[in-house]
Amino acid sequence: MNILVCITHVPDTTSRIQFTENNTKFDKTGVQFIIGPYDDYALARAVELRDQTGGKLTVLNVGEAETEPTLRKALAIGADEAIRVNAEPVDSYFVAKQIAHYAKEGDYNLILMGRESIDFNGGMVHGMVGELLGMPSVSPVMKLDVDGDKAKLSREIEGGKEYLEVPLPFIAGCQEPIAEWKIPNMRGIMSARTKPLKVVDAVDAKKSAEVKAYALPPAKGEVKLVDKDNVEELVKLLKNEAKVL
Amino acid sequence: MGTLVYIEHDGGVVKKSSLEAVSYAQELGGEVTAVALGSIQEDEWQKVGAAGAAKILHVRDERLDAGNIQAHSAAVAKAFEKAGAETLILAKSSLGDAVAARLAIKLDAGLVSNVVSLPSTDNGFVVKRSIFTGKAFAETTLSTERKILAIKKNTLEIKTDGPEPTVEALEVGLADEDFTYQITGTEKAEGDVLLPEADIVVSGGRGLKGPENWGLIEDLAKALGAATGCSKPVSDMEWRPHHEHVGQTGVKVAPTLYVAVGISGAIQHLAGVNSSKYIVVINKDSEAPFFKAADYGIVGDAFEVVPKLTEAIKAIK
Ligand SMILES: Cc1cc2nc3c(=O)[nH]c(=O)nc-3n(C[C@H](O)[C@H](O)[C@H](O)COP(=O)(O)OP(=O)(O)OC[C@H]3O[C@@H](n4cnc5c(N)ncnc54)[C@H](O)[C@@H]3O)c2cc1C
Ligand SMILES: Nc1ncnc2c1ncn2[C@@H]1O[C@H](COP(=O)(O)O)[C@@H](O)[C@H]1O
Repeated sequence: MNILVCITHVPDTTSRIQFTENNTKFDKTGVQFIIGPYDDYALARAVELRDQTGGKLTVLNVGEAETEPTLRKALAIGADEAIRVNAEPVDSYFVAKQIAHYAKEGDYNLILMGRESIDFNGGMVHGMVGELLGMPSVSPVMKLDVDGDKAKLSREIEGGKEYLEVPLPFIAGCQEPIAEWKIPNMRGIMSARTKPLKVVDAVDAKKSAEVKAYALPPAKGEVKLVDKDNVEELVKLLKNEAKVL
Repeated sequence: MGTLVYIEHDGGVVKKSSLEAVSYAQELGGEVTAVALGSIQEDEWQKVGAAGAAKILHVRDERLDAGNIQAHSAAVAKAFEKAGAETLILAKSSLGDAVAARLAIKLDAGLVSNVVSLPSTDNGFVVKRSIFTGKAFAETTLSTERKILAIKKNTLEIKTDGPEPTVEALEVGLADEDFTYQITGTEKAEGDVLLPEADIVVSGGRGLKGPENWGLIEDLAKALGAATGCSKPVSDMEWRPHHEHVGQTGVKVAPTLYVAVGISGAIQHLAGVNSSKYIVVINKDSEAPFFKAADYGIVGDAFEVVPKLTEAIKAIK
């Protein structure tokens, strides 16, 4: 079975978010970039499925040259080859068009993505790619087992989950507990250096959404502490000051 | 310029977040039509009208009671054309996101997700959206003629003064191919307040020591009429179900009040709660990072403080 996993290159979850150039650019100073945590779940499950069924596991990122270490890490975790579509991933439609184009070339039985990217949090790219390729798209997926030409999945819904049977090929946006994150071992890191990483050109696609300016939320005021032996005071504050009771 | 709102319901009752989407649409001006799929309780129409929809298109097809992503997007696309709409508004949710993405392609519309403001139209069509899991915002220009906006909860107040809407049955003639996959079952917490919809959330962390102590959290939640949540390690250890886990990799909540008990306030947890209006933290460690993100706090042992707090809240209700 051939599997495509689409990964983002995003600031580590503990990063402090800041902007420069009059709030028009994300400030990358001191920021460590990682594989998006949800994409990392997708990759972990894909490695397991590839090991079970054989076939090839390809990782793809739409990004500029700086994302290559992230792709190499995915190779070290267990992907067989990597594709970088050389473009700035400006909006989800643009990214989806790139993925759909290169997915068509690859003849994949399964396309796994993260539930959402943690920079723009759209949770949109998988659905767009699904529609572009005329395949089912399912997200957020918590469990995925392949059984011949279909897969059994569970999808999280508000307050519970849904069980599904989906014919291959399809696209899934993944989240935990689909698999445990995998940490690359020494052998993986060594072999990743020689695995193919192909750089391809972006196809033409319109960009419909454009960021004009960034902003940070207003700073939080000082916390009001209430004595533990006077919980009634807290109730009063919630009722009269915050007016939430 | 017409606007279509995709409204979701839970067992026939329209979700609050969808009513908010209707009110958002009403603020945009122009005619607001809502589309509802599947079996909905009749008396719900009046709420949708009150929130701002002049008209409702009702696709009765019972197969749509379950949230089949492809079938829902096919039906909404038909409703969009029928309503002659230019803009589609919906509330962010696990179904809404998936449907919106497919519709962006079907309708050839530009899409912005996590919208937290009404648009400003002085200089193009600009909306503010939440990015970096609530750690920042981006003013985003949408340049397409057709637009889809997925609204984040608590963006604006739900209106309650609109007139009775007209309801029209809509046939969309879904074929079997539109149901590209099969939903074989659902598992759902019954009767509880849904976490992503809740106005008040009480969450517990590892400080609770074990699942046997969750009565503490549940009693407080009950007294407040709240939903319950937890930190990631708590769901990892299966003290609580996965869908209750709040944070970067879990549910993002936006209640008016978030109460965190025995949770340290790791940045990944805060990412799921930073859209809350007020945060109360109860932790025995005065140095717990959560206090920096809180509005109110009590430094103390949860096993002592929480039962007292529950009683004090019951006393004023
Ligand atoms: C990529 C990534 C993603 C993550 N995503 C998430 C996420 O989505 N959500 C999430 O929650 N975490 C997430 N985490 C984990 C996160 O970093 C923390 O480990 C986690 O939030 C800690 O949970 P906790 O506060 O319950 O436990 P702890 O950090 O162990 O804190 C327990 C707290 O309870 C207090 N306490 C102990 N006993 C008592 C008592 N008797 N009374 C009162 N207080 C008491 C302690 O002082 C302490 O502050 C993620 C981590 C990574 C690396
Ligand atoms: N630039 C990108 N390159 C490759 N995959 C991406 C990119 N952006 C998003 N994706 C995939 O699409 C998923 C959803 O992203 P989003 O719609 O941005 O939240 C991510 O978890 C990735 O799997």
